[in-house]
Amino acid sequence: MDEILAILQDLHPDVDFETCDTLIDDGILDSFDIVTIIAEISDAFDVKIGAEQIVPENFNSAEALWDLVRRLEDED
Amino acid sequence: MQTNILEYLEKTAARVPDKTAYADDKTALTFREVYENSRSIGSFLSARGIYREPVVVFMKKTPAAVAAFFGAVYGGDFYVPLDDEMPRYRMELIFETLQARAVICDEKTRKVMEQLQFEGEIFLYEDMIRHPEDPEALGRIRSQALDIDPIYVVFTSGSTGVPKGVAACHRSVLDYVENLSQVLGFGEDTVFANQSPFYFDACLKELYPTMMFGATTYIVPKSLFMFPVRLVEFLNRHQVNTICWVVSALTMISSFGTFDTVKPEFLRTIAFGSEVFPIRQYRLWKEAVPQARFFNLYGPTEATGMSCYYEVDREFALDEAIPIGRPFKNTEILLLDEENRRADEGEIYIRGTAVTLGYYNNKEKTAEAFVQNPLNPWYPEIVYRTGDIGRYNERGELVFVSRRDFQIKHMGHRIELGEVEIHAGLVEGVRMAACIYDSENSKIVLFYVGEADPSAVMASLKQKLPRYMLPNRIRQIRQMPFTANGKINRMALKEIDQEN
Repeated sequence: MDEILAILQDLHPDVDFETCDTLIDDGILDSFDIVTIIAEISDAFDVKIGAEQIVPENFNSAEALWDLVRRLEDED
Repeated sequence: MQTNILEYLEKTAARVPDKTAYADDKTALTFREVYENSRSIGSFLSARGIYREPVVVFMKKTPAAVAAFFGAVYGGDFYVPLDDEMPRYRMELIFETLQARAVICDEKTRKVMEQLQFEGEIFLYEDMIRHPEDPEALGRIRSQALDIDPIYVVFTSGSTGVPKGVAACHRSVLDYVENLSQVLGFGEDTVFANQSPFYFDACLKELYPTMMFGATTYIVPKSLFMFPVRLVEFLNRHQVNTICWVVSALTMISSFGTFDTVKPEFLRTIAFGSEVFPIRQYRLWKEAVPQARFFNLYGPTEATGMSCYYEVDREFALDEAIPIGRPFKNTEILLLDEENRRADEGEIYIRGTAVTLGYYNNKEKTAEAFVQNPLNPWYPEIVYRTGDIGRYNERGELVFVSRRDFQIKHMGHRIELGEVEIHAGLVEGVRMAACIYDSENSKIVLFYVGEADPSAVMASLKQKLPRYMLPNRIRQIRQMPFTANGKINRMALKEIDQEN
């Protein structure tokens, strides 16, 4: 989870990612951020995020991203 | 001879009045509605004496905003599209340049507008379209309109920190739209999906051919560009057959294996531009949509839109760049060396009717870029100096080489790194700031010296710059590296960036 927070914090140092759960709904993340997050998470956790997983529900909070990573890790 | 872009709308609204012209996920306007609403807006403006001046359209990206654009032109004015995500500070800079007296808002943007420093009048779109049409006033305005009158001003990044407003006239837009449509094969059955924000010239590619042919444009919700499967589903649902998108929007789809799940079924024309399309990604597209024609487009806002095109007709190696090809009809490209002689590699100058009027209320910047044709000492002839370096390849096709200065293309947006640097330098606790562009990873990297916290620097930049200009990495450094002649050493900054 800390790694996810670090990746997000690096993109937007001024956002509180520990509490925010409307990253997509409130337009905090944009398409550039999504591409970066996917690249960094794939690197950091050695998982492959496929197109079907790139949906708003998986990106709305650090928590949701962490759940996604754990699901992907379980699949391996 | 056609001299006014509104003639497109008038012919089309008479021919296919009930066809959908522009639609988004919530609303749609037929050609008749676009025609009637924009004539009402023009009559409203005329009744208030707003004539031959800028009319700011500050609305959500909707079909209504398009009707507002044409409404301003019916009023004999020119429209200036602004975006509700633009920071307040930048909007105020733009208002200062424009000295506008009128702004068209919707219910949502009116609240933002009322908080700005603005002396002029705020008009609501909903009120304006209820205004009775005044055919006599509109007829008078039209009879006095010339094809050299401006129809819009769009703002682009300026290296001095102040955005520059490019003004374009009817004649340039007519020339551009006719020639672009001919090459890309637009027609009445064309169904566009618009990606570009309305405050860029890029949206002309959809808005005007739609009006010209009686085609249809679907405005894609911005959030869909984050979610590739849903984006392709959107294209299929609306049977979109033509897209003119920035490269980053296309690669967002292809690079995540979207085509394994869903493929665009109706696409037949795919135009991309302003950035290099990585061959690997292009191949994925070609494989997924083999029936489509692919076009690489090149051109600056200052020459109305796109100036050159290349239809991809052969295979390219992974390390090759797709050429920008050749100019559209009635446009000439001059490649000039530093002594202003024709060369095989040199700065790209653009000549033709599509060269715009210049930067609004900015004589100095206009004189720097809109210059007398260096090859013609005989009579006045303005050409646009792009600052791009180009060359001809062995097949005689034009190829983009590089920039002459610190202007970059980032996710399809044109950005002067100087503009980012100036605003970073103004943050309290920042003594010096410099930017580089990590083109391999498409990231703007800001370096600064000073005690300010990186999060404070970012928070402050968010107040000043549009989102697409924000640095993607911020690095606090102890000392700025300098070259022997006292300039910031950007090569050294690149090395520092790579080490981390």
